[in-house]
Amino acid sequence: MTIYLPIAELSVNIFVILGMGAAVGFLSGMFGVGGGFLITPLLIFYNIPPAVAVATGANQVVASSISGALAHFRRGTVDIKLGCMLLIGGLLGATAGVQLFLMLRRMGQLDLIISLLYVVFLGTIGGLMLLESVNSIRRAARNEPVSARRPGQHNWIHRLPLKMRFKRSKLYLSVIPVLVLGFAIGVLTSVMGVGGGFIMVPAMIYLLRVPTNVVIGTSLFQIIFVTAFTTIVQATTNYAVDIVLAGLLMIAGVIGAQYGVRVGQRMRGEQLRAGLALLVLAVGIRLGLNLVLPPDEIYSIVTGSFG
Amino acid sequence: MTGRISALLTICLLAPMLGLGLTAHALAQSDDSEEGTVWSFPEQLDIGISTNEIAISPNFSGADIFVFGTIAEQDDFLLAIGAYDIIVALEGPLRPATVRRKERVAGIWVNRHSVRFEPVPASYSISSTRPLDSIAKQIVLSANDVGIKNIRLIPTGGLGDASQVGDFRQAMLRIMQQAGLYQRDPSGVKFVSKNLFKAAVRLPANIPVGEHTVRAELYRNGQYVTQTRIRLRVVKTGLEQFTYNLAHQHSLIYGLLAVGFALFTGWLSSVIFRKD
Repeated sequence: MTIYLPIAELSVNIFVILGMGAAVGFLSGMFGVGGGFLITPLLIFYNIPPAVAVATGANQVVASSISGALAHFRRGTVDIKLGCMLLIGGLLGATAGVQLFLMLRRMGQLDLIISLLYVVFLGTIGGLMLLESVNSIRRAARNEPVSARRPGQHNWIHRLPLKMRFKRSKLYLSVIPVLVLGFAIGVLTSVMGVGGGFIMVPAMIYLLRVPTNVVIGTSLFQIIFVTAFTTIVQATTNYAVDIVLAGLLMIAGVIGAQYGVRVGQRMRGEQLRAGLALLVLAVGIRLGLNLVLPPDEIYSIVTGSFG
Repeated sequence: MTGRISALLTICLLAPMLGLGLTAHALAQSDDSEEGTVWSFPEQLDIGISTNEIAISPNFSGADIFVFGTIAEQDDFLLAIGAYDIIVALEGPLRPATVRRKERVAGIWVNRHSVRFEPVPASYSISSTRPLDSIAKQIVLSANDVGIKNIRLIPTGGLGDASQVGDFRQAMLRIMQQAGLYQRDPSGVKFVSKNLFKAAVRLPANIPVGEHTVRAELYRNGQYVTQTRIRLRVVKTGLEQFTYNLAHQHSLIYGLLAVGFALFTGWLSSVIFRKD
């Protein structure tokens, strides 16, 4: 059964899209990630125009993150002040990112940059995660204690000016790295269609030394607002949000996530992380091959106002 | 005209032996000496279609439309020997097009060169009584803007390397044909009675919306006689088209709706699947 996507302007098999949404939802529930970094490449593999895949991916992250954000908000594990500072950076970053997106699209280099960014990020993050999880699996096998977080050694970031007190996180921290981090995530949200949790969470833990109990809630707080804002700006600037595609992905995704969570709870953390790392690497390699292998058709046509 | 008529008579006598296809070819050649002469022919061409608006539903997978037409003031003799040819083309709305070419840079395939063309038809379906090259000579077809090969592709702006524009032109036509947007049917026009013809013109599944033009041209012995055109609006119906219009004309409302739907879906799932 095919369904016509009004913005992507092509017909797709509805079951392929639902299956994709459910599979990514399952994985995101299992690993506790937003799934934007898997959805966007999968859509590109399925010949959805990268511009639409990215803008729609950002929209889909809103749905997959809201339930987590609400849960953390109810439990009070959100540092609202830190979240707001990240958000200011994030909104500025998303605005700049959408303009960059428009510029790259006009230059005909958008697809290339999206793929390159994915290859670099997925390769790096996947590689680091695999290394870390293999090490901790080894340590667990030798019955050594697993240290989740190294002791709070202060680094150069804590010597920057414009300090601010974040009570919930028990931090006295310069606002500069917070804004910069938020900005960078905002750019990634608009150019890659991801929530950015996979970068923000490690950055908050290792660079800002935010306590782990508020990290997830605070990053989800920021992600919800930045992805929602990006969706609106992408819709008004690039007309690239496909609501039919996003709707199908969301519905399948939120259901898949429920099953993913249940499976994830029964698996060990290191194995889970190793699995996610392998998946991330596989997607990165697949995208990388697309860039390196000779294409079937070296010419492409863009009709209409872009070009 | 006397030379011409005698040539015709000769051909007419030969016709039963040679077949009509060859006849027309011979006729076209017999006009060589008269190149440059502006003929004024009495024939008139009239065409009609049952509607001037075509509504495409979301599950549209391509269809034929039928264009009927007559040749008036025709020469019965020429009609009988098949000397008249009709070409019917459905031309889509004009849109600027950019063709890009990938090249390998440091091991990666990157869009390097591009050529931007003046607005070209976003779709083009052509039907004719016979293959175009046996209807008239290339120069005649080109002068009358008919045929996929003769779609005007004029580069705009400064060109890097003019010698490569030909490659980009060919790539454009090739990709548009592969996408089904440019199509031809060399036997799509048939005479249903003496001077009444029926042209089946293919609407591709991915037909662009907007103002299309049906253009019919009449050829007589390889000479262009006359043409006529009618406008045809292609609109898409259904929720999909409504969505498209909303996204482009009220993009802020559309963006807010997309976010609202995402928030609602996510929230609803957390209510439905709440564990306790």
